[in-house]
Amino acid sequence: MIEIRGDKKVLVTPVSAEDLADIKIGDIVWLDGDLMTCRDVAHRRLVEYGRELPYDIKGKAIFHAGPIVRKIEGTEDDYEMVSVGPTTSMRMEKFEYEFTKLTGVRVIVGKGGMGPNTERACKEFGAIHCVFPAGCAVVAATEVEKIAEHHWDELGMPETLWCCKVKEFGPLIVSIDAQGRNMFEENKVIFNERKEAAKQAIYPEVKFIK
Amino acid sequence: MTREESVKLMTDKMAKFVAHIAKKLPDDVVAKLEELGAQENAALPKVLYETMTKNQNLAVSLDRPSCQDTGVLQFWVKCGTKFPLIDDLEALLKEAVVQATFAAPLRHNSVETFDEYNTKRNVGKGTPTVFWDIVPNSDQCEIYAYMAGGGCTLPGKAMVLMPGAGYEGITDFVLDQMTSYGLNACPPLLVGVGVATSVETAALLSKKALMRPIGSHNENENAAKMEKLLEDGINAIGLGPQGMGGKFSVMGVNIENTARHPSTIGVAVNVGCWSHRRGHVVFDKDLNATVDTHSTVDLNQ
Ligand code: SF4
Repeated sequence: MIEIRGDKKVLVTPVSAEDLADIKIGDIVWLDGDLMTCRDVAHRRLVEYGRELPYDIKGKAIFHAGPIVRKIEGTEDDYEMVSVGPTTSMRMEKFEYEFTKLTGVRVIVGKGGMGPNTERACKEFGAIHCVFPAGCAVVAATEVEKIAEHHWDELGMPETLWCCKVKEFGPLIVSIDAQGRNMFEENKVIFNERKEAAKQAIYPEVKFIK
Repeated sequence: MTREESVKLMTDKMAKFVAHIAKKLPDDVVAKLEELGAQENAALPKVLYETMTKNQNLAVSLDRPSCQDTGVLQFWVKCGTKFPLIDDLEALLKEAVVQATFAAPLRHNSVETFDEYNTKRNVGKGTPTVFWDIVPNSDQCEIYAYMAGGGCTLPGKAMVLMPGAGYEGITDFVLDQMTSYGLNACPPLLVGVGVATSVETAALLSKKALMRPIGSHNENENAAKMEKLLEDGINAIGLGPQGMGGKFSVMGVNIENTARHPSTIGVAVNVGCWSHRRGHVVFDKDLNATVDTHSTVDLNQ
């Protein structure tokens, strides 16, 4: 579902393919609902070893991140989010097509760009990849209302699947949209053109070896 | 004060300083981010700068490290030969890192190589890294503390050019690194460039360059000119905050240099991310500490 709150476009889980149809690369969106941290080992377990995820993320969101959590005093097994920042999404690129196909995840959040596998997954299955601003771990942590469940704890704190309830989690910058367009790849072309022009401007100024 | 008490006092002050650096950016970085952010008017870079500022404010009010990657600790020490704790310095810096790791808390970022396990104390063989400069006839000790995060350490590169490549070759080397790796190192970046003879001399200088204040210039006129040319050139690429496009790419370019062998030009680049966590403190012989990078902390209280 999509809700417009003031000037914010908020994706509320469960998200459908139709919800994502009008969202384009470079758009800024926010997220309400279910967001599960999920990174290297969890991707490998599902895609390479065929182990089903212990938490259903169909129509929901995942976050490429390894958080710092703290046990809530006086509880048996409840945790709170202290700090959670995105990790480099590209590490999950080789798994993401299969992962999206198998899970039905709709929103993938991380850092930096992803490649052709993820572009294909987003286009075929109706999903998007978004960037959460890196280095803003405290903002992200305060947008997590609570950790509802956690699974695969044996993987250690960073790799555990922390199933969070989030409220206006963002800003999320759409880097791959459901049409398969890739903002980082498109930017790279522009950056490289500008770089060549910048070099040509510098060369004549630095002929210090006469 | 006994020697033991002195060591404890300096350890505590350094632990406090390290924890502070994890939570509060230095004054020059805060000012530069504000200056760059204020000039963006497109929605995307604006929202990114706003989030970055909000994060830094929350880190202080909630007393948490601002970025989850608190890096590996590096200290650049300029120690007078007559500084009373010169013999204890390396050990006490290590102890200060352990203290700060639990007090701040900092992430456990020290993995022993070959045995490949995390020490869970943020220290290990050779970490924190301590670079030494010995200053004759001085009784004070100057320390730069730096948190080298993983993302901003990745773009680091050094190589040796043939003189035929000239300073044009240095230009290519630095700019190419910005669009390949710099992009993902959380811009706006502070770029450190070392120009010398070989890989290790250039590499050390490129890191040292990152300790210099933003807006400072190399004292050599041509080098200062090249700092400006590279800064403008990289800005023209428009990496923007987080590498997602904007009017600027860098907070500055600092070049450090030495003389070179006639047949080689050693060049290296190192970058600091927007969350450039470095601090500078000077201890006098009585261990009074003067911090000039962070107006937000007083280590003598
Ligand atoms: S590059 Fe810097 S701001 Fe970005 S995640 Fe690493 S330490 Fe944090």
